[in-house]
Order: sequence, then structure tokens, then C-alpha cells
Amino acid sequence: MKALERAYEKAAAHERLSREEGVTLLEHGDTHILAALAHQRRLRLHPEPVVTYIVERNINYTNSCVTYCRFCAFYRRPGHAEEYVLSHAQLGQKIEEVLEQGGIQVLLQGGHHPDLPLTWYEEMLRFLRTNYAMVNVHGFSAPEIEHIAGLENMPVGDVIARLRDAGLGTIPGGGAEILVDRVREILAPLKTTSEGWIDVHREAHRLGMRSTATMMFGHAETLAERVEHLERLRRLQDETGGFTAFILWTFQPQNTAMRRYPKLESHQYLRTASVSRLYLDNVANLQASWVTQGPRVAEISLRAGVNDMGSTMFEENVVSAAGTTYRMNAEQIERSIRLCGFEPRRRNVYYEEVAA
Amino acid sequence: MIPVVFRTSGIRDLLEKALAGERFSREDGVRLFLTDDLAALGWAANLARERRHGDVAYYLKNRHINYSNICKYDCMFCSFFRSSHEAEGAWEWSVDEVLEHVAPYKDSGLREFHIVGGVHPDLPFSYYTDLLAALRREHPGVALKAFTAIEIAYFAELTGRSLREVLEALLEAGLDMIPGGGAEVFADRVRYKVCREKADADRWFEVHETAHALGIPTNATLLYGHIETVEERVDHLLRLREMQDRTLGLKSYVPLAFHPENNRLEKLGAPTGADALRNVAVGRLLLDNVDHVKAYWIMLGIQVAQLALAWGADDLDGTVTWERIYHMAGAKTPEGMTEERLQQVIREAGRIPVERDAFYNAVEREAVPA
Repeated sequence: MKALERAYEKAAAHERLSREEGVTLLEHGDTHILAALAHQRRLRLHPEPVVTYIVERNINYTNSCVTYCRFCAFYRRPGHAEEYVLSHAQLGQKIEEVLEQGGIQVLLQGGHHPDLPLTWYEEMLRFLRTNYAMVNVHGFSAPEIEHIAGLENMPVGDVIARLRDAGLGTIPGGGAEILVDRVREILAPLKTTSEGWIDVHREAHRLGMRSTATMMFGHAETLAERVEHLERLRRLQDETGGFTAFILWTFQPQNTAMRRYPKLESHQYLRTASVSRLYLDNVANLQASWVTQGPRVAEISLRAGVNDMGSTMFEENVVSAAGTTYRMNAEQIERSIRLCGFEPRRRNVYYEEVAA
Repeated sequence: MIPVVFRTSGIRDLLEKALAGERFSREDGVRLFLTDDLAALGWAANLARERRHGDVAYYLKNRHINYSNICKYDCMFCSFFRSSHEAEGAWEWSVDEVLEHVAPYKDSGLREFHIVGGVHPDLPFSYYTDLLAALRREHPGVALKAFTAIEIAYFAELTGRSLREVLEALLEAGLDMIPGGGAEVFADRVRYKVCREKADADRWFEVHETAHALGIPTNATLLYGHIETVEERVDHLLRLREMQDRTLGLKSYVPLAFHPENNRLEKLGAPTGADALRNVAVGRLLLDNVDHVKAYWIMLGIQVAQLALAWGADDLDGTVTWERIYHMAGAKTPEGMTEERLQQVIREAGRIPVERDAFYNAVEREAVPA
């Protein structure tokens, strides 16, 4: 197949892939050739035999949400018996546990609470900054920020600036799902549009903040829509350069309104990770998703384009609500990295080395 | 032709060999295990796999019967065994209890019972023949794949009969096939350290060769990821290949990952996913005379097993439904999987699911009335 050979050649020559070439690779590429090409690209970007990770804790400050995404098993409607909002004391306790284990960051995300005002978020951030200045807050995915902006009737840029001034460090890439509105209508009709998601990240980058980008796939999207997602990210990255990393994971259907969709296991995951590494030629880092794929597949992905094992998480509530529970602590992550022939290195959110 | 991206691979010469269909040497085997070019290794193994099986991947409807976990031996990697009836968590099923457990499967389209247990200190040999005869009587269409070489070697010890006599008695009672367990790692050094009480490698081979001479097909396993060296893995495979050249009695090769929970080798931790694929791939490449390589999902996890379908495996094993040996060692997989789910997993990997029987014949499906 000529088109496929041509796409291989371009990938091998580190040339930029077109949408059509991306789709060709995803659809027809040989799994091993894709892995090898992606690994070559990874070595070009990161020639050292090093795999990084961060000691970070996941904290979900609330599960109360009015967006009712059909793929989500985590949220509770306001008024539900299991609805919660974490107090400062609860947050503090969780962070103490992080610090005991050498943690340097919290991934702080929650549902779209119907009535918490911006000042509530600012108070939470100030509490964290006052008491735990050394901990970076990697918090509030684009839909949360847009939700707060909507409640306050403020431009998202102003909301981000206020959150930053209160102590927000960086913004996680969650809520991107697939950045194609046809798919978003099926998954999450009330959630941020793809343009809305891009806008939040553009604003954050414009303010000098860094963020990550994600993709949740293996549900209603076509292969062309997966590539369209990558294309939108690549374009914004050309414009701002603000993304530090890309993380992709597979939709976990159990306990969700979309549980009839068959769960994708790892064959598609590995192929999509490899093609993402090749397509996103302007994003430096690709993280493994051991949270959805498990440690064993994460290890395999280190030979298919991935250069980072992500974070220690400590607790994980969203994917586990959908029936998938894997755990990895720093020691296990380091063991995995070493056994796979790389040197483990602890990093911060900017991918700078930190002391273990 | 070797794809361009692999022309600079450190194992390019071995890819050429795979392409030419040449037999691999011991030294080749060691290099295949040691390469960090997992993609190139997968490419070569997949080539060998597709030459035999095209895009087909097999599964079957089966059920495990672990009739007892009481065992005379105390292998360091085992979380399943109990030393006596009195030990906590010990069980022993009578023939009637086994029948009761599997009664719901009558006429369900099940193709195989996989029957293995501990090396039980005091069940009489008649228990095993009665068990097979009863299952054959109650489930005439279900193949009986029963008793590892270790159990069978013990039956000979127990009865004072030869292996041939024991196997003939089992055959008479209904035995169809022998599973590959108990092979562990053939190297004496390893067996002495982790399972010195059980039958040694020579005896394992004697059981399998005797079975083959009687026309009983068998499988073979390798328990990897504990204290064995790469050379010991390769020697293990070559010894199987050497027997297979003579007997052609092996149906499939099944690499088994060591599971580190609730046993005395816990501190070793689990082998990596890369190692799982490596074992599947090198097995496929070295065992050029064995038809099938199994990605035993119960033990690899369905995710790695699915990837293994592109690294040399052509079989996912079965629906299983009840499994204790690996689950007592911390396996996080479900204990069973529906036929529909197995088919989905195979299709998603770009393969064509084909239901097989215990002997790897494709099951002819009756046309479903419209």
C-alpha cells in the first residue's frame, strides 16, 4: 500500500504527518512498525535512556456535578446521598500524606458543583498556598474553569487569572475526551465544546501557564475523529507551545450510561499511543496510562513512544468508579522503569528533575 | 522484506532468519530474549504466527476443575497448596462434589475440563480414574484434559505401576489430553531451589513422551519471571523442541508468568509486561515445530494477552469460569469471561475469533436459524 509506505517514510524522517497520514497509520499501520517508529521519535526527543514520573496525589474536591456526562461513573447529582465537598481540614490531611511520601504536587479536580462561587475556589487555593507552599497545584480541567466562568458570568481568562493569583500552578488536560463536537454531543451534551476546551488552554498559555492535554478514546469516535483531536492539539501547540505532555486513555464503560460500549483493551491503546507520539511532533512528553491499562501494559508502552510513567496518584476515584483499579507507588514505578531497561527519574510538572 | 525501520535493529540478522524460516540456535534464542527491541521481536514472532494461522485467533469454552489444593509438595512459587486437610483454606472434592460443581454445564457447549490439583497425600488412584469416568459419563462431549506430569508421576509412585500402565488406566477411564503444567523451569539448578520435591525434568519428559507414544496429546509450559536465567529459558525451549522433533505430541506452548503474592518468592515482584511479550514471542520463534502458542489470559491479564496476539500467540485459552491457582497468587483478572467478550477482545486486536475444541480443531457451528 503506497499511502502507508509513504506515511512510514515521513514518520521515519521526522516529517510532519497530515491528517490523512495519521488515519492511514491508525487504520492500516503494522503494530510493531508503529511502535518502532514512535520509539525512534521518542529517542530523538529524549535521547537519554530515562523514564520520568512525578510523586503527585490525586484529589477530587467534590463529586457533585450538574453536567451528567454519559461516560462518567464518578459524579453524583446535587442532593444525592453520596454527594460530598471536601473541607480544608480533609484537604490538609490528604496533603500531609503526600508530603510524608515525598510528594510535590496535587492533581486537584472535581465535578461541576452547581453553586460554589469563584471565591470558594480561591479560598481553597489560598489555604493550600498558605499551608503547603511547596506543593504545586495542578488543578481544574478546562470544563471546570468554563463552568465557574459561566456561574460568575466572567470571561474564562479572568477566571484563570484569579485562580492563578490565588495559587493555581498549572492546568490538567482533563475533559478533552474527543475534541470533535459530534462525539461530545453523544458523550456529554452539557459539557464544554471542543472550541471551549481549546480556548481555556489558549488563555492559560497566554497567561504564561503550562497545561497538559488528554484524550479519552474507544467509545463513539471514528479513527478520523481521533486524528482530528490530535490535529486540534497540534495546532494550538504550534500557536502557544504551552502543553507539557499528552496523556491518552481508554474509555472505561462499567457503571456508566455508556456501559453498552465494549471496553477497548490494549491493542488499540498501544497503536493509538504510537501514532499520537508521531503526530504530536510538537509536544515533548507522552505519558503512560497505567491507571487504565495497568502496570504491565504501561511497561510495554515504554517501547512504543511513551517516555513518562505519569504520577503516583495515591488515590484514584474516577476510573475506579468505572470498575478499573490499578495502583502504583513510587517504588513500583521505579522498579518497572528499571526492569524495562531505563533509568527512573523523578520530575516536577515542568519535567525538570527533582531529588528523590 | 525487512521493514525499513528494523534494518538498523540489533537483531536484524535474526529477523532475516525468521523471514527465511530458518531454525534458531541456542545463541539466537539468548539474543532474542536479551534484545530491548521489543517491536522487532514482535514483528518476527508475528511473521511466524501468521504463516501458521493467518489472522485466526482461537478460544474455547472450558471450565477448570481444581479438585483439591492439598499437596505433598511445597513449591516456593505456589500460593495454592495447603499441606493438610486441617490447614486453613484446604479443600478436597469427592467425585460427587465435582459432578455437582459442573452439573450446570451439561449440554452447554463446553469443550474441555481442565483438571489439575495438588499432589494429594492420601487419595487412592481409583479416585482419579473414577473422577474421569464419572465426568465422561455425565459430560460425554467434553474433552478431559487432566493431571500434570507431576500428578501422573506421583500416581506411578503411589501405585507402583509404570508410567505407561498409569497412563493406560487413565486413558481407559476417559483421559483425552495432558496439560503442560509442572514443567516450571527444567534446569536442575532452578528446580532444586524452588521445587526440589516434585518430579524432575527427566521425569516430566518421560511422562510426556509416554503419553505421546500412547497417542495422548499434551501441552508444555514455562514458569518464567522468578530466579531463572535467560539461558535456562532457552534451554527449556530447546529441550521441548528436541522432544517435539521426535514425537510431535505437543499441541501448544504456554508461557506462564510467575505471580508473586501469598508465596515465599513474593519479594521478587512480578515480571514486566515486556517480559510477557518476550516469552510469547521467543517461544513462537524457537518452537518451530509446535503448532500453537497460548496467551493464557487468566495469568497475563486480558490486556497483555490481547497484545500477545500480535507478539506470536494464536490462542487465548478459554472462558474458564473458575480458577484458583493464579487467583490465590494475586491474579486480578476475573475468574471467567463470556464467549462474547473473548470474541470482542480478539476482533479488536484485528484477528478473527475461531472457537476450537481441546485439540485445536475449529468447532463447526450449526447455522443459527434466522
